[in-house]
Amino acid sequence: MEWVLLWGGSLMPTLTYLQAISAALRDELRADERVLLMGEDIGVFGGAFKVTDGFVDEFGTERVMDTPLAESGIIGTAIGAAVVGMRPVCEMQFSDFISCGFDQLVNVAGKMHYRQGLAVPITVRLPSGGGFSGGPFHSQNPEAWFMHSPGIKVVAPSTAEDAKGLLHAAIHDPNPVCFMEHKHLYRRVKGEVPSGVFETPFTARVAQPGSDLVVIAYGAMVPVALEAVSDGLDGASVEVLDLRSLVPLDEEAILDSVERCSKVVIIDEANQMCAAGAQVAALIAEKGFESLDGPVVRVATPDVPIPFSPPLESAVLPGVDRVREACRELLAY
Amino acid sequence: MATHTAEPTAGGAAVEHLTLEDRVWLLRAMLLMRGLEERAMTLYRQGKVPGSFYDGYGQEAVSAGAAFAMGPQDRLCILHRDLAAHLIRGVTPARILSQYMGRAAGITRGRDGNVHFGDRQLGCVGMVSMLPDMMLVATGMAMAFKLRGERRCAITWFGDGSTSRGDFHEAMNWAGVQKLPVIFVLENNQYAYSTPVEKQFAVDPVERAAAYGFVGVTVDGNDAEAMFEAARAARERALNGEGPTLIEAETMRMHGHAAHDDMKYVPKEQVEEWRKRDPIERQEARLRDAGVDIDALRAEVKASIDEAAEEALAGPMPDPSTATDGVFCSGEAEPLGDGQAPWSGFSSGGAA
Repeated sequence: MEWVLLWGGSLMPTLTYLQAISAALRDELRADERVLLMGEDIGVFGGAFKVTDGFVDEFGTERVMDTPLAESGIIGTAIGAAVVGMRPVCEMQFSDFISCGFDQLVNVAGKMHYRQGLAVPITVRLPSGGGFSGGPFHSQNPEAWFMHSPGIKVVAPSTAEDAKGLLHAAIHDPNPVCFMEHKHLYRRVKGEVPSGVFETPFTARVAQPGSDLVVIAYGAMVPVALEAVSDGLDGASVEVLDLRSLVPLDEEAILDSVERCSKVVIIDEANQMCAAGAQVAALIAEKGFESLDGPVVRVATPDVPIPFSPPLESAVLPGVDRVREACRELLAY
Repeated sequence: MATHTAEPTAGGAAVEHLTLEDRVWLLRAMLLMRGLEERAMTLYRQGKVPGSFYDGYGQEAVSAGAAFAMGPQDRLCILHRDLAAHLIRGVTPARILSQYMGRAAGITRGRDGNVHFGDRQLGCVGMVSMLPDMMLVATGMAMAFKLRGERRCAITWFGDGSTSRGDFHEAMNWAGVQKLPVIFVLENNQYAYSTPVEKQFAVDPVERAAAYGFVGVTVDGNDAEAMFEAARAARERALNGEGPTLIEAETMRMHGHAAHDDMKYVPKEQVEEWRKRDPIERQEARLRDAGVDIDALRAEVKASIDEAAEEALAGPMPDPSTATDGVFCSGEAEPLGDGQAPWSGFSSGGAA
C-alpha cells in the first residue's frame, strides 16, 4: 500500500475522481472543526462542478461559505483565518481565476513562513485543464506559476484514490498547497477509494512498470500516457511515472525510472515554456545524463492560449496519438 | 451609516478611559518610535542598515494610539510607518534595530528588511510591499473570530495610496457583507511616495465606509489620545457584533518616502504647517500640564535606545548557510500568540 491509513477505512467503495474529492472534504469537515470551505457558489448551489453538493445541509453556510466574487479576497481572508488557527480550503471556481488571487498566494502566503516563521495552512483547490471547449479562460493549467514561487506546494492527482489521499494530506499540511484537480478527470476517472481519512504522500508513483522507456506525466496526462502505451508499442516495455506532486518534486523516483529505462518522454498539458516537464527535463540533464540512451523528448501544449473550437483545441492539447508517436520515434532512436 | 469626525479630545472623551499612566505610555511609545527611527537613520548613514530606510516621523500617534486600544488576544497587521504598534505589543528596541541592520537577532532573522516584520508570538503579522494586502488578512482573522464566536478583533493600517487598489475594496466589501470585527486604519499622510491625495481619490475616502455598509470616522491622526479613543470605540463596536469601522487618520508624512527621497515635490508651507501639529509635542504639553517630568521620561527613553543600539551592534549577522532554511514549515502550524496590552482598561477588567 502506498498510502498511510490514519483511522477508519475498511471498505473500498468505487468513486469517481470528483466524488473522491467530495468525500475528502466531507471527511475533513467531520473530523476537524478548524476546516472551513470558502469559494464562489460552493454553498447553496454546491459548486460549479457540484463538488460540495449538499454540504450546507450537513455543515451549514458558515463552514461551507459562499464568498463574495473576489479571488484575492478568498485567498487573503483564508490566510488571515489560517494564522489564527483555522484550516481553510479555498475553491477557485476555475483554476484560471487564481490570477486574481496570485498576489495574495505568492507574496503573502508563500513567503510568510520564511520571513516570519508563521505557518499558513491553506489549501487552494484549482479545477484546471482543458478538453471540453472551455476556451482561453476556463482551460488553463497554471501549476508552473506556483512551482516557481517559493513556499507553495503543488500536487496534481490522476486517480480517484490519489485525489482523496492527496487532498487529505494537503489539508493536514502546515503550508499553502495548490491542489490541481483536473476537470476532465472529474467524471471520467473512477476507482476504488479507501473510506476514512488517509494521506497520500507527496511523492511520485509508478503507474505502470517498464524497462525500455518511461513516460513521465501528471494529472490528466497520466491516463493519456497509459492509453498511448496500452497497445504495447510493438512489444516495448514502457513505464509510466505519475508525478502526483510537483512541489516537492520526487527527484529520486524520476532518476530511478530514467536509470532503469534510459529513454524519457515527458508530457505536460500545460503550455510548454517553463512547464513542470521543463524542470523534470532539466533535472534529468543534470543528474541523469549518464543513464540516457537518447534525447529527452517533451510533448506539451504549444505556447498559445487554449482555443475554444474543438478542432483547434484538439490540435494543441497533447493527445494519445502525439504521445504514441513520440514514444515510437524515441524507441527507434 | 454615519460618517463623522471624532470630537477634538484634549480633556474630552479619551481622557475618561485613560489614566495618567496610560497617557504617559502613549508618549513613551511615540518617543521610543521617534528615537529608534532617528538612531536607525544614523546607522543607515553609517552604512549599517542595508537597502533603504523608511520611517514614520510625525505619524507616531496613529500607531501608538490605535494599538494601545487593542487587547492581548486581538491581532494586528502593521504598516511600515507604525513602529509604535510593535513597541506597544512588546517587541524590544534591540530586536528592532537588529531587524533594520539585517542581523540574526532581528524579528525576521535577516529574511526581510526594515519594518517588514511582525512578531508572531505577539499577535502581529508583518506587511508585504504590495499595499494593502494585509487588509484582507486582517479581514480573514476577523472572519475566524466571528465563526468561532470569540470576542476579539483584528486591526490593520494602510495608506492613502492603498485606497486605489482592489484589495482595499475587496476587504471593505467582505468585512461589510459579513459584518466582521475588524478595524481599518487609513493612515492618510497626504502622499503615496510622490503622488498627492488629489491624484488618488475623487471623494474623501472615509465616505467609502458608508458605501460598504459600516461606520467611518475621521480623526486627527496627530493626536494620540484621539486615535486611542477612535480605536477603542471601534473595538467596542466590533466586539458587540456591530461590524467593521474605517478610521481615517489625518496626518502628514514629514520625511521622504524613504531615505533617498528629498521630498522636493512637497510644498515647504505644507510641511511647516504640519510641523506645528507635532504629535509628540502635543502629548508632552498635555502631560507637562498634568505634572509629568518630561525630561526624565526622555532620558529614560534615550538610555533604553542607547542600550538597544549597543546590543544590536554587538549581535552577529545571519549565517549564510541558513539562507535557504525555513521556506516551508516542517512541524506543526502554530497560530499567532497573544501580545502585550498595556492599557489599564484591560488590567482593570472594565473596558476590555
